[in-house]
Amino acid sequence: MSEVTLTKKDFTSDQEVRWCPGCGDYSILSAMQSFLPELGLPREKIVFISGIGCSSRFPYYLETYGMHSIHGRAPAIATGLAVSRPDLSVWVITGDGDALSIGGNHLIHALRRNADLKILLFNNRIYGLTKGQYSPTSEQGKITKSSPYGSLDTPFSPISLALGAEASFVARTVDSDRKHLTETLRAAAEHKGSALIEIYQNCPIFNDGAFDQIKDSDTRDEVLLRLEHGQPITSASHGVISDERGLLEVKPLSEIDQSQIVIHDAHIQDPTYAFALSRISDSSLEHVPVGVFRDVERAPFSQLVHEQIDAVIAKEGKGQLAALLNGGDTWQVE
Amino acid sequence: MRVSKPVVTLDQVVIRFAGDSGDGMQLTGDRFTSDTAMLGNDLRTLPNYPAEIRAPQGTVPGVSSFQLHFGDHHIQTPGDAPDVLVVMNPAALRANMADTPRGATIIVDKDEFTTRNLSKVGYATNPIEDGSLDSYKVHALPLTSMTVGALAHLKLTRKEAERSKNMFALGLLSWMYHRPTTLTENFLTAKFGKKPQILEANLTAYRAGWNYGETTEDFAVSYEVKPAPMEAGVYRNISGNVALSYGLIAAAEIAGVQIFLGAYPITPASDILHELSKLKKFGVITFQAEDEIAGVGAALGASYGGGLGITTTSGPGIALKSEAIGLGVMLELPLVIVDVQRGGPSTGLPTKTEQSDLLQAMYGRNGESPCVVLAPATPSDCFDMAIEACRIALEYRTPVFLLSDGYIANGSEPWRIPSVESLPEIKVNLATVPNGENGEFLPYLRDPETLARAFAVPGTKGLEHRIGGVEKADRTGTISYDPANHDFMVRTRAAKVGGVKVPDLVIDDPSDCAEVLLLGWGSTYGPIWSAVQVLRETGHNIAQAHLRHLNPFPKNLGDVLHSYKKVILPEMNLGQLARMLRGEYLVDVVAFDQVRGMPFTTEQIVNAALEVLNV
Repeated sequence: MSEVTLTKKDFTSDQEVRWCPGCGDYSILSAMQSFLPELGLPREKIVFISGIGCSSRFPYYLETYGMHSIHGRAPAIATGLAVSRPDLSVWVITGDGDALSIGGNHLIHALRRNADLKILLFNNRIYGLTKGQYSPTSEQGKITKSSPYGSLDTPFSPISLALGAEASFVARTVDSDRKHLTETLRAAAEHKGSALIEIYQNCPIFNDGAFDQIKDSDTRDEVLLRLEHGQPITSASHGVISDERGLLEVKPLSEIDQSQIVIHDAHIQDPTYAFALSRISDSSLEHVPVGVFRDVERAPFSQLVHEQIDAVIAKEGKGQLAALLNGGDTWQVE
Repeated sequence: MRVSKPVVTLDQVVIRFAGDSGDGMQLTGDRFTSDTAMLGNDLRTLPNYPAEIRAPQGTVPGVSSFQLHFGDHHIQTPGDAPDVLVVMNPAALRANMADTPRGATIIVDKDEFTTRNLSKVGYATNPIEDGSLDSYKVHALPLTSMTVGALAHLKLTRKEAERSKNMFALGLLSWMYHRPTTLTENFLTAKFGKKPQILEANLTAYRAGWNYGETTEDFAVSYEVKPAPMEAGVYRNISGNVALSYGLIAAAEIAGVQIFLGAYPITPASDILHELSKLKKFGVITFQAEDEIAGVGAALGASYGGGLGITTTSGPGIALKSEAIGLGVMLELPLVIVDVQRGGPSTGLPTKTEQSDLLQAMYGRNGESPCVVLAPATPSDCFDMAIEACRIALEYRTPVFLLSDGYIANGSEPWRIPSVESLPEIKVNLATVPNGENGEFLPYLRDPETLARAFAVPGTKGLEHRIGGVEKADRTGTISYDPANHDFMVRTRAAKVGGVKVPDLVIDDPSDCAEVLLLGWGSTYGPIWSAVQVLRETGHNIAQAHLRHLNPFPKNLGDVLHSYKKVILPEMNLGQLARMLRGEYLVDVVAFDQVRGMPFTTEQIVNAALEVLNV
């Protein structure tokens, strides 16, 4: 156990929090500040790096090291930091526009490499900071300022994308469910390598109520399929079954036998199962799996980088500058 | 092996090897260069190859060449025109005849001058036979068939045997110019040691070429070029990209920081990534990023963590990195941006040289976004300027551009290896304790002398703070949209970069009364220096000065410019530095521009200077 005992207050910076009233970011921030003492790390060992967007103001409000960088580039910047400083706990704060649109390339490559980053993707399905244009996760047909006749783009599933990018840890949670959010943060923190957490987050100004059916007490239990390792995947009314082709289907509990329900296994190396899970939900949010889709062991990038350097030094000896400069074919002029 | 034929002594020679991209001309040139360097000649090289890895065989666009200028005196250019042209096929002859002066020696592989190959490049008749080369000294040799013949005892297909014809040519040239053979033999042994048959083929062809020169009556004499007088010391031959890589390693060693190179492959900068990737025993982290932006982003992240973040690229890559470089300006973090310039705009001329990214480095970002800009003058100067770039980046906490170019990156010259003790000091001075009056940490409190901000890296206890690309309040670094603060911070960042201490510009004017100054920057040093020697030998007084610091300029630059009647400024762009000098000092410099993808020749600069001198 750690010798450091810190509290939520220790992780709260002196900066005034400036999100819109009712923004889902508040509850995520509060959950994070409460969770951070659990890491057992001194504050100076923790770094938050964000891109651009409403959520990317997050680092300013945490009493750790932090960088509010540029649009979409946080995973790249954080990779450089995490690789060169494996002693740090590096977190990336990003949104659906930041991570999936302008920064999509960096996200998939950070996940592919298994860079030691915990990436929190605040998905509100809208561009908030630029005042309400459709995002890469907005449902098709969405009416926004930039799509007055409805958006034509097919949305991304961040979970499917991350799995396609070889992510070793992928999870989904909801801003308003503090307990589940904290559990998910904990699972991500314990994972070695990249962790991507999609957090459904309400934007009260430009996309209010987007996730109401998974938040309202009268509907959520029917909608949420809670993923717990080793447990059957069910909501209050439905269960997930596998058909003869291995595809997953959601059926009313009344129509299926308990023994048919898929038992969740987050540790399957092959991502096919997790991907199938990720396809259960679509923009309609009729059935939404939340929890850890995938959590498998794979050597983190920084470990590989430093092991390679150590192996070269063990084999060739530590580099000597004079020897390097005097290498190759040399000749003496008297 | 010893040469037995009569020997003629020359003071300098320019040799150009030219052939198809697949003929191994770059390797042949490299080997001849190494052997020449070992003999103590001074030298400069000019590799020149197409962007296509294998352009259609036997065509002019597929021609690859390597020019080497060596002599018994100080050599600063690869030579204006070849004294000896070695051509492996008709396309190589076609592509290089325009540069080759009458009287030059041309060595031709006549086996390749078939009707089909000739017609491919538009020769109706064979130039070897039709008299069109009568004013040259032509040696038309059956290089291919002699190579195949020499390798007959090996079990090789004809095609495999033909591949060694470049070694036959190298052997012949090595005989002609008395180059030592052991180095190349050792090189081949190291390169092909695991493939004994290929090794045997190359060694046999190389020796056969040498023996051919020694025995055939076609070559009556051989030549020697005595060593050039050079400062005492240990030397090696080095290209700009390798020197630059070593400079980065040296700077990190001196400063005691870890290099993090974030790079995306791009010609002609990739060799720096290759070189540093080999040097992991120095603790170097090389990160081949998913794109140019990630390369600089990751480097910036590593700098934020206390490392030395470096990104290497060429012009198109800089365009992509601009926003992240601006973030580096705003965060005031160390960052070294190496731009090995090539012909632009857009993809431009990937394998050809140009100096047209100066204004991009200076101004190619949104907002008032000052960066330090440096430029090495020669291949070996890349070593010193890489250290200088790292020093300024680390000490002032600022992005620094290092503008190399394709010519010095790939060209090489002998380099007097410095002692490690002679290298400059680099002081990083990280913040470790609070610096505010109330025990707080103020990340934007500045060193009064350098204006560098206080820099505490993650992991430093008690100095936790946040920085970002949004404008920051002076001292505290918290977000500020205050108009007066923004005005102050913009001016402060400009003052910091403007105040970077750089050495005064040195003037070379033995006459001490020259009225015309030949000014240059970057890789034009060689041809300008050579032109100045020619002009002085012909009785002209002319001064030379060369800028290696382009932002900020040396403090004495204005005075220097104003003290000459005329300032001539050759640039491989359309007058980018000229524009800066006119703007900064109101001096109407005489711009002499060229964008042909090739370095200036000495003659071009002599003629440009004469136009001014003879007025």
